[in-house]
Amino acid sequence: MENAKATDASLVKAYIQGNENSLSILISRHQHRIYSFIYSKVFDKDIAEDVFQDTFIKVINTLKRGKYNEEGKFLPWVMRIAHNLVIDHFRRNKRMPMFENNGDFNIFSVLSDGDLDIERQLIKDQIECDVQELIKELPEDQLEVLTMRIYKDMSFKEISERTGVSINTALGRMRYALINLRKIIEKHNLILTN
Amino acid sequence: MKNLYTKPSKEEQLKNMNPKKETIQFLLSYSKALCITEYQKMKFDTVLN
Repeated sequence: MENAKATDASLVKAYIQGNENSLSILISRHQHRIYSFIYSKVFDKDIAEDVFQDTFIKVINTLKRGKYNEEGKFLPWVMRIAHNLVIDHFRRNKRMPMFENNGDFNIFSVLSDGDLDIERQLIKDQIECDVQELIKELPEDQLEVLTMRIYKDMSFKEISERTGVSINTALGRMRYALINLRKIIEKHNLILTN
Repeated sequence: MKNLYTKPSKEEQLKNMNPKKETIQFLLSYSKALCITEYQKMKFDTVLN
């Protein structure tokens, strides 16, 4: 009964002097507020449990090392520690995000090995063949610029030097090549997507 | 039979929130096991089993 009435300050003092039971009273007195505060930020019971545990490990270490200044603010002090640990948790998670699979979201729907399967590879090859045939219908000057830019990976500066036209002209030819290519695709009702 | 189609609100969920007994027990055991030894100006932590 006496313990129930004891203030936080007196319990902390008793704990520092070696009364382990005082810590038990302090935890049971404040566990709900501290745990709900943490849970309201992280929304995960396991993480809230971890943060709660880390909070009190810090509290215990600080009290036992005699570094705690009694100002009658035990709960705000513990809440501040919990708050800082929650921030640490989110910082750590930002650097290394953790995904959990649940019914609504599956990480493997986002992650893949990046390689195309056989069918898609065949489609891709077919599309590339079709495009190579289509560009042959472009005027010679546009075909030349497009081939140099896309297939030879040359810069517009290099293209202008090679073809003897200005960079702007090369850019213009590339633009018209793409516009004309789109027109040809629309005209023939082609679908060139994988 | 009456069905409930709503979930309890976040506030209601928070009302009955408490850490697990195991966590509390661990903290109390940790506190009992932790021993700080002072030597000159240094402090050493020892966790006794």
